[in-house]
Parts: sequence; structure tokens; C-alpha cells
Amino acid sequence: MALYSEKVMDHFRNPRNVGVIEDADGIGEVGNAKCGDIMKIYLKIENDTIADVKFETFGCGSAIASSSMATELIKGKPVSEALALTNQAVVEALDGLPAHKLHCSVLAEEAIKSALKDYYDRNGIAYDHGQFPDCESCGHCHAETT
Amino acid sequence: MGIYLDNAATTKMSRTAINAMLPYMDGIYGNPSSLHSAGQAANEALTDARGRIAKLLGCEAREITFPSGGSEADNQAIVSAARMGERKGKRHIVSTAIEHHAVLHTLNALQKQGFEITLLDVPENGYVTSEQVRDAIRPDTCLVTVMYANNEIGTVQPIAEIGAVCRERGVLFHTDAVQAVGHLVIDVKAQNIDLLSLSAHKFHGPKGIGALYARKGVLLTNLIEGGAQERGKRAGTENIPAIMGMAAAMEEACSNLGANAAKLTALRDRLIAGLSEIPHSILNGDPLQRLPGNVNFCFEGIEGESLLLLLDDKGIAASSGSACTSGSLDPSHVLLAIGRVHDIAHGSLRLSLSEENTEEEIDYTIGAVKEVVAYLRSISPIWRDLVSGKKEFLIK
Repeated sequence: MALYSEKVMDHFRNPRNVGVIEDADGIGEVGNAKCGDIMKIYLKIENDTIADVKFETFGCGSAIASSSMATELIKGKPVSEALALTNQAVVEALDGLPAHKLHCSVLAEEAIKSALKDYYDRNGIAYDHGQFPDCESCGHCHAETT
Repeated sequence: MGIYLDNAATTKMSRTAINAMLPYMDGIYGNPSSLHSAGQAANEALTDARGRIAKLLGCEAREITFPSGGSEADNQAIVSAARMGERKGKRHIVSTAIEHHAVLHTLNALQKQGFEITLLDVPENGYVTSEQVRDAIRPDTCLVTVMYANNEIGTVQPIAEIGAVCRERGVLFHTDAVQAVGHLVIDVKAQNIDLLSLSAHKFHGPKGIGALYARKGVLLTNLIEGGAQERGKRAGTENIPAIMGMAAAMEEACSNLGANAAKLTALRDRLIAGLSEIPHSILNGDPLQRLPGNVNFCFEGIEGESLLLLLDDKGIAASSGSACTSGSLDPSHVLLAIGRVHDIAHGSLRLSLSEENTEEEIDYTIGAVKEVVAYLRSISPIWRDLVSGKKEFLIK
């Protein structure tokens, strides 16, 4: 199908890092079933580095591909880099997403941030709350239906 | 090899229809409005096709016009009835919540012009009753428009009963029969239908052509102004090749209707039985009162677009009412209307069969859907919550 780039289809068909980390150090879940996509990210953090990451996603092709790519982009990276991951970086790494699917990449960014926030909270690490925009900021589910 | 199970979207053209079109592309290519012999030959063909289509619907040739397809036919039928009503001060229209957008959006436009629209609710099986229609008709009702068979969930409505109620109350009755023509027996006179829309590409005819039946006495309002074609009711040079293809395809479909319906119903019920084995799945629409070729399921815990993409990888062409596949944010209005909540409606799958499908294809499809649903559930956080008991299943 020409809807998606080959990169998107590859990550959709063969998603990287699918699964669960039972003893995760941080878990983030964003989206809702009503809107049609939920992403859940599990992080294992060692020495301030993303030692392992897994995801589970309920959603369309681009949601699954965005989750897969986002986990690839942060795996093995310092926490600070994971925190700096943007949805644009996910989109670029996927060779683009259709305009009406961009929210999937936003969801991936938010899922990772949400998991990192959970890690900070669990470990009593201080952070700037402004770094963690909530789900509402995406606007996807609240936009006007055309 | 591909397995095409999206015949409610469009069908492959039949060889009969293609052969019927060819002579009118390079042989008899005149304009039916021209006076010379080439034009008159085309005009004869047009007259012939109109008569054949009228015969199949049980009406007169003069009651048939040729719009560009189902959407245009629906638009013109509804606008025409509204204009007729308006002249008598009647500005109320009765329809249902599960109509095609060609009907619903036309009704929205009329609402903005001051018409009042009553959309009948449907129960879970998607079936509208003539009692509901009777109760909704008011002294100022000018039109009842109820689709013959639903394009998503396949439910076939009691058209003759609704037609009888409308005739008794003196209200015009339109039916969008796009999914029904060529698949179900239709007789517009016996069923008291005043206006009927059909589209050729749903029964192995060409795209871009349809027919509108308007009972004698129903005054059509032009949507397209111009020349005097179609007795002044639809301007534009007639698409003769497409009209000839439509007439041939419709004759073929109607003459094989009984045999096709029997074959399709058997394949459909085999597919329904197979997919019903998937846990936490539910059939959408009435199990019996449905189109012979329509199957529509919701699978809890997964999303429809990813299901379609993975089925496409396995060579199966299908459709879904998920929001992601429509480009809008909400899942199918039909699934929501029959009471499927958003979470469930996103996980819908429509498989629409044709008589060319085989038992082997159906069995392969059952296996493929089972496999893909199981896989998508295995990576779904919702499914994990459902299985672990953290959330309650919505589909038991």
C-alpha cells in the first residue's frame, strides 16, 4: 500500500522491541481506546542509560511503527537523550508519515516521556514538570471532525 | 494470488459488461442528441438500455434517468422530494442513523436550509421497522428515505412494509438501493417505492454510472444545469458505454440472482461461523436479515487499520469501520448507531463477498484473520489488561 513509506511498513510488519519488561524501572501509557490508539512503554534504566525498552501498542499501522521506531531511537542512549526525543525525529526516521497520522509520532514521544516521568517519580528524582506535556496537548482526540 | 473481499466497495467488471461497452467506444460513438445516423444509433442504444433497466426494476422507461452514480442519485432524489414538499409547506424528512453519507450529508445540507430531519434509531441488529417509520411521519413530512440494505453491516430493511406505510400516509419514499440492486429482488411498484438510487459498479458494472428511478409524478430537481438530456432532468452528454455496461451487468446479475444468493449465503455463513470462533468477537448486523455477501465483525482489543494492512500482506482485500481507515477521528457512524462503543468499533472488519469467491478462499481467510487478530492482541496493551482482569471485556 502506498499510504506509508517502506520504513513505516517495515517497522509495522517487523516491530522492534515488542513486549513487556516485568521489572521495569519506568512505565508510561498514553492515548485512549476511544481515540483508537494506546501506547505503553517499559524502560529498564541502568547507569542513567536506557538499558532496555519494550512497547505494546493498540493502534493503526503508523502507531505501531512509531512505537517501534521510537524505542529503537532511545535504546542504549542516555536518559537525557531519551527525554529529548521529539516526534519530528520519529517521523524523519520513518521517512515521513501522512499528515493525518502525525499524532501517532506525538503519542510515541509522549509515551517515552511518560515512562521517564514514572522512573523519576519512583526514584524521587527532581524534574521540571514543564518537560512533560500531558495527553491533552496533542489535540488529536479533541480536534474537529472534518 | 489475491482474495478480493471488498465487493461492497466496488466489484470487478464482468466480461459481459465489458463486451457490452466496447462497441460504443469506437463503433457507435455518436452523441445521442445528434440528428445524424451516428447520433441516432447511439440514441437507440440509450433507449434500449433504459427500457431494459426499467424492466428489471418493474417500472417504465421514462421513470429512469442516468446520473453519475449512487451519490448523485441519492442527492437528486432527496433534493427533489424536499423541493416538492417545500412547495406545499412540508419541510420534515424521516431517515435513519445508518444511511450512507450521500444521504446523511444531503440531509444535513437541507437541515441548514430549514428542513427538520428525524433520524430513526436502530437497535443492535440495525433493523428499522415500519412502525418506527409510521410513528415518525407527521403532517408536514415530505419524504421518508431508508436504505434498502446497509453497506457496512448488510442489514436488509423491510422496504415493502415501509413503502406501504408511506403510500398510506401520502409521503414520498426514497430508498438508496446501491447495495441491493443485482443482489436482492426489487419491484418498485409492488414495494411502493417512489424514488430509488442504484450504482453500476456494485454489481460488476462500470464505475461512474448509476440510475435514478423516479415514479411518474415525482418532479426531479436538476442538480446539473445545461443541455436537455434526460428529458431536461440531468444535463451532460450521456455516458453511453457506461450505460450499456450497466444494463448488461444488471441483467446478468438479476438473471443469476437466485443462484448467486444461494452460493453467497453459504460462503457468508461459513465465514461467519469461522470468525465466530475467535474469542471476544461479535457479528455486526442481523445474522439472517442481511445481504448474502456481507460479513462484519468487531474484535476486541485490536484496531482495524493494522488488521487490514496485515491481511493485505496475506493477499486479502478487506475494509474496516475504524477511524484510522476513514481519515476521520470517529469510527463508523453505523457501528456507533447499533451501539458499538468507540473502543469496539475501532476493531471492526468488513468482508464483502462476490460469487467468484470460493470455499478455499473463505477457509484461508478464516485462518488468516484468526492469526492476525491473535498477533495484534499479543502486542496490544488493552488486550493485556483484559486478559489479566484489570479491565472487563466489553464483548463476552
